[in-house]
Amino acid sequence: MDKRHFDIVIVGAGPAGLAAGAAASSADGSIAILDENPQAGGQIWRAEKGSRSSAASKLISRINERNIEFISGTQVFDTADLTLVCERDGRRLEIGYNKLIIATGARERFLPFPGWTLPGVFGAGGLQALVKGGFDITNKGIIVAGSGPLLLAVADHLKSKDAKVIAIIEQARSGSIRKFARSLWHSPDKLTQAAALRARLLGIPYKTDSFIRSVREENGEKIVTVRNREYRCDLVACGFHLVPNLELPSLLGCEIKDGVVAVDEMQRTTINNIFCAGETTGIGGVDRSLIEGEIAGLAAIGRDEEARKLLPKRRAAHAFADRLNKTFQLRDELKKLPDDTTLVCRCEDVTIGAVKEFTSWREAKLQTRCGMGPCQGRVCGAAARFIFDWELDTARPPIYPVRLENL
Amino acid sequence: MITIIVDGKGIQVDEGTTLAAALLNNGIVGFRTSVTNEPRQPLCGMGVCFECRVEVDGEPHQRSCLITAREGMNVITGG
Repeated sequence: MDKRHFDIVIVGAGPAGLAAGAAASSADGSIAILDENPQAGGQIWRAEKGSRSSAASKLISRINERNIEFISGTQVFDTADLTLVCERDGRRLEIGYNKLIIATGARERFLPFPGWTLPGVFGAGGLQALVKGGFDITNKGIIVAGSGPLLLAVADHLKSKDAKVIAIIEQARSGSIRKFARSLWHSPDKLTQAAALRARLLGIPYKTDSFIRSVREENGEKIVTVRNREYRCDLVACGFHLVPNLELPSLLGCEIKDGVVAVDEMQRTTINNIFCAGETTGIGGVDRSLIEGEIAGLAAIGRDEEARKLLPKRRAAHAFADRLNKTFQLRDELKKLPDDTTLVCRCEDVTIGAVKEFTSWREAKLQTRCGMGPCQGRVCGAAARFIFDWELDTARPPIYPVRLENL
Repeated sequence: MITIIVDGKGIQVDEGTTLAAALLNNGIVGFRTSVTNEPRQPLCGMGVCFECRVEVDGEPHQRSCLITAREGMNVITGG
């Protein structure tokens, strides 16, 4: 077993974690940034087979210039006194800290519908990540569906890789999306981005008030039913906005409120010396993550005064995030999408019909093994929380499956 | 280009490709087989859903979306 110790440990090398590292590196202490991926950047700045966006490169090179150690391919699976217990290259690695900054980001929310487990049906961000990893989608007909601004970014990316994006299917109402678009006047840079994106997506139908009812296979094609209309395509990319990754903060005992980690203006959680920044404190996009990360980094080295100067920016980013989340709030009809035979837990193949007999997530888990497979409810837990309004359990170690000898 | 071995067959892969992408490019439908015998492909692409797991160099349950393909890697799918 290996042991390391740093003054500040940051979990997650996305925008929030990298910004936190850059800010904290203005003091002398040792800093480590951990990430489960082979490369820094997180999901939004996921490198495209080696290359990455300039904003990301800038921040990452700043990290490399300073005394920050990037520890990649590292999965935190348990905690002990001021220590993270990890697995790296199949070996146990313990990393001690004085201050901890959690920047574990978010994942896509997936909702079950008939056909969602078929090969060729991916997450929206999921398909984008696979394409960035080298999945060739040239000339593939693709339906992009679900909810959130991510759908537009995904469609744009897939199109740039010579896929044929047939339609974008968005569950949010057109009225609320128009209102959101108008509100972008508050953030001119976002308005410019949105206008450019819209221009690039001209010709691709953007269907609001719409959602996939089912997907089936016929002669090697996917038949996607939306309202009374059927689309034929090769691939489906479907994700319903994002949910925070709460397993680590929950395991550490940080208070979770309304589905996000509760923090104060200095990004302090309810546990001493533990900070949290970025999507884990609320879904809000890259700008919100960057500013929260910077504040957390400064606060972790005791420069609260400097951090306080960033509060107006933080407030603006939060106001944007609130408008965003209100716009893409999930409609109740989506709860009725799965029929009794539709799987909700893909690890243990548990159906909605089997789960709906119960009155709580815990009871459903114990009786049906729903959420007890390798993903530990990361996919079906978020779905069950939405469909049944169930509170989820607090995380229990190991929060990721690891080798027996490393436990 | 590098060569990896998938279910006993050598396939050519661009350097830097993730294992999940390499398998998709080569038409692998069942990365793993579910407990009710359904073939599954990756869902999340980021290490969360565990649908993309395959055996790599004798080590079972490896998430192919988090692994970069390496020369000579021996992969078994459908488990």
